[in-house]
Amino acid sequence: MNVPIQKIAGYAALLVFGAAAPYLFPAYHAQLAELWLFVVFALTWDLVGGQMGYNSFGNVLFVGVGTYACAVMQVGLFYNVGAYTASDGGNATIFTFNVAQYLTGLAVGLPVAAVIGGLVAIFFGSIILGMRGHYFAICTLGLGVAAGQIFAGWEWVGAGSGMSSPNAPAKIGDITQLLYYLAFGLAVITFAVIRWLLTTRFGLALNAIRDDEDKAEAMGLPTKRIKVTAWCVAGILLGVSGGILGNLKRFIDPIDVAFAGETYGVWMVLMAILGGKGTIWGPVIGAAIFQVLKEVFWTYLLGWQRVALGLMIVLIVVFFPQGILGWAREKFPEMFGHRIDRGPAREPAE
Amino acid sequence: MTAMLEVENVSKAFGGVQANKTISLTVPEGEIVGLIGPNGSGKTTLFSSIVGQYPIDGGSIRFEGEEISTLRVPQIARLGLLRTFQQTRIYGQMTCMQNMVISASVRKRGFGELFHGQHDPHVSKYAEEMLEFVGLYEKRLLRAGSLSFGQQKLLEFAMALMNEPKLLMLDEPTAGINPTLINGLIDRLKRANAQFGITLFVIEHNMRVIMNLAQHIYCLAHGELLAAGTPDQIRNDPNVIDAYLGAH
Amino acid sequence: MLLSQAPVISADLIINGLLVGAIFALAAYGMALVWGVMNIINIAQGEFVMLGGYVAMILFWNGIHPLFGVVVAPVVLFFVGWALYRLVVFRVVDRDLFVSLLATFGLSILMQQLMNTVFTGNIQTAQSDLGTLQLFGTISILNIKIVAFVMAIALGGCLVVFLRYSRLGQAIRATSQNARAARVLGVDTDHLYAVTFGLNAAICGAAGALVAMAYNIHPYIGLPYTIRAFMIVIVAGLGNIAGVILAGLGLGAAENVASFVLGAEFQLAFTFGLLVVVLVWRNTRLAAKRQYLK
Repeated sequence: MNVPIQKIAGYAALLVFGAAAPYLFPAYHAQLAELWLFVVFALTWDLVGGQMGYNSFGNVLFVGVGTYACAVMQVGLFYNVGAYTASDGGNATIFTFNVAQYLTGLAVGLPVAAVIGGLVAIFFGSIILGMRGHYFAICTLGLGVAAGQIFAGWEWVGAGSGMSSPNAPAKIGDITQLLYYLAFGLAVITFAVIRWLLTTRFGLALNAIRDDEDKAEAMGLPTKRIKVTAWCVAGILLGVSGGILGNLKRFIDPIDVAFAGETYGVWMVLMAILGGKGTIWGPVIGAAIFQVLKEVFWTYLLGWQRVALGLMIVLIVVFFPQGILGWAREKFPEMFGHRIDRGPAREPAE
Repeated sequence: MTAMLEVENVSKAFGGVQANKTISLTVPEGEIVGLIGPNGSGKTTLFSSIVGQYPIDGGSIRFEGEEISTLRVPQIARLGLLRTFQQTRIYGQMTCMQNMVISASVRKRGFGELFHGQHDPHVSKYAEEMLEFVGLYEKRLLRAGSLSFGQQKLLEFAMALMNEPKLLMLDEPTAGINPTLINGLIDRLKRANAQFGITLFVIEHNMRVIMNLAQHIYCLAHGELLAAGTPDQIRNDPNVIDAYLGAH
Repeated sequence: MLLSQAPVISADLIINGLLVGAIFALAAYGMALVWGVMNIINIAQGEFVMLGGYVAMILFWNGIHPLFGVVVAPVVLFFVGWALYRLVVFRVVDRDLFVSLLATFGLSILMQQLMNTVFTGNIQTAQSDLGTLQLFGTISILNIKIVAFVMAIALGGCLVVFLRYSRLGQAIRATSQNARAARVLGVDTDHLYAVTFGLNAAICGAAGALVAMAYNIHPYIGLPYTIRAFMIVIVAGLGNIAGVILAGLGLGAAENVASFVLGAEFQLAFTFGLLVVVLVWRNTRLAAKRQYLK
């Protein structure tokens, strides 16, 4: 594969920057980790939304089941989960984890979260991916909120009081930095997987479904299977992100952290749109900008930060729906490899 | 000559309107068959029913001997029965080349093959050949949505060829095409039939085109089969003449 | 099972459910109006309801009986809705439905946060002190709930009359059937859309005032009202007033029974889960005819 040297250099520079970031910004490990999780959120949303045309408000379903699956594994390998959650979200003196236990918990929990995320996607996808457009969007909204409410009533995982993720032993050092690298790694994997998918005929199939699903069916494409597969890929990656998120936030609240439909759930849509739907770098750029703006609002607009965020959502959707890359593509089409036919209007030769 | 498509007593109603009433016809393998009739006679409805877009109310539809009236659109397409649309449907945001690649025949390929690269040389070569065949080779890297209506129609035709169908049903392939280019299109349709061995079933309003093209013609009126025969027989059939004059 | 063992409890549940269902139906009728006229699904519907509730609260906090809220809230909310149309909604009317969904979702979030910041995040009720009704010795119903029910039905009735017999109402109905034709006949559709959106907000405002008195309000419990309205419209169809009322009452009763059977902590799970079930069921029925929800 002939990849131009500039591209390789560009990717390498980004990888180095990502790896060095915790040392460049030592006070912002948590926010940086969250940024990479946002990249995963935005990329996976765009795969099914911007590329395939199925705009989902409920991808938090996969984040949430991943969060809980990972936490349950981390705890369950060594302790009784019910007892853990009953003791006020995990009493640190009774339920301790040494380094080996903590790392094993993560090493088992994250893959389990991936599998559960994928299975949940296949299960619900098979049922609701027969719906189109806004019905699909609203149905996923219902799914996400319903899941959050169910977990908020489930005693075993702490019900409405939520559940703490295991306390990392002091000997590990800066746990947030470890989670940062996990998040960064996941973002790199997500980008690589999605970028690869978009070079295959599967990627073309996604776009075909977006552009004209009836036509795609009429041409024999197995649209149902394609749709479920795409959502499953999102589900797997989002499941892992949920596992990392739970540990990052330390405390898993079913509505505000795990199945955060009205925060993460909407933000992931915004990030993809802000950067440019249907592109590979759009969601990445959108996620980065969104995270920075969000942190700025939280720091300088205390008390009104959520209002500002809500206002920003409306402004982006109404005034800037094409996003940054969409706007750039209109202004500089050739830069994006788009050929414009400037020749005289010629009909095809006889 | 074996029958590739057998339509037997097919009926379809929408609400109170009987769009198709006990229609029977056959499309023999390797031939070009035409379907004509005044506006509103149920031609497109019949096409849509055949390819599985609508469930039929009664009757039977068999493709290569196999009953297809209970199958869904993608399943029927994968059997080799394709159609083009009256309003011309293509994937607007993808390039012509991409439109072609994604239209490559799925019949012989498994699901896993979707994960092969877009630039498979074998597929690309065939796509370029088909684009050349319809005269769109120079436009292959342009966004399909930026093409003119006539060019999009040709792209849709090329995509259908790409899919290597056994029977291709075309809904008004010359509608909206510059009259000077219609001969070229007729020529291509004939070549698709003779060289590529594709059976054609064509809805047409342009009498000159269909008389030139088809070996056998069916005429619908008010949802029923009115007449059937060779182009000469149809041309001179008083019922057909009445139906067209009456409709105006 | 549980229902047959405790008939009295279930009658209580069902009656209370029917009473709140009328308010759901009111919000649903407003949503159907906006959907039918300008093809917009207003995700902020529940927030309009909550805002109406806060108007009633403001009256209550200032010593005025909140029943006046049923008159004041619609007036205030009409202007809020009209203004939001003129500022934001008009820009997304002709676009892809998902864009309008996102836009109203964004408005919903913005309104939630504004209400939270201004009114704080406490659950509020506007005390109306109307006493309780005792039926058959064992069923007790707050009178305010009965009053709210009657008022909701009455408001709905006024709406139907207004839409059928007034000039503006007829213009609204004409536009919802065929916007192009209405424009040709001289209807200023942009102005009409603004009025319709305001009217919907007013309907929600009235519903909100009733909710504040008979139940409770909170900045973040708007979304369930939006979802209930949406579900009712899906089940009943856009033009079917009787269906909307029946579906609303049925939903209210179902929610109450579910809350008893599953536990109060699962009531919202039931509501949102029911949304999924209704949509899947509807779509599956259409899929059998090789169609899908449009």
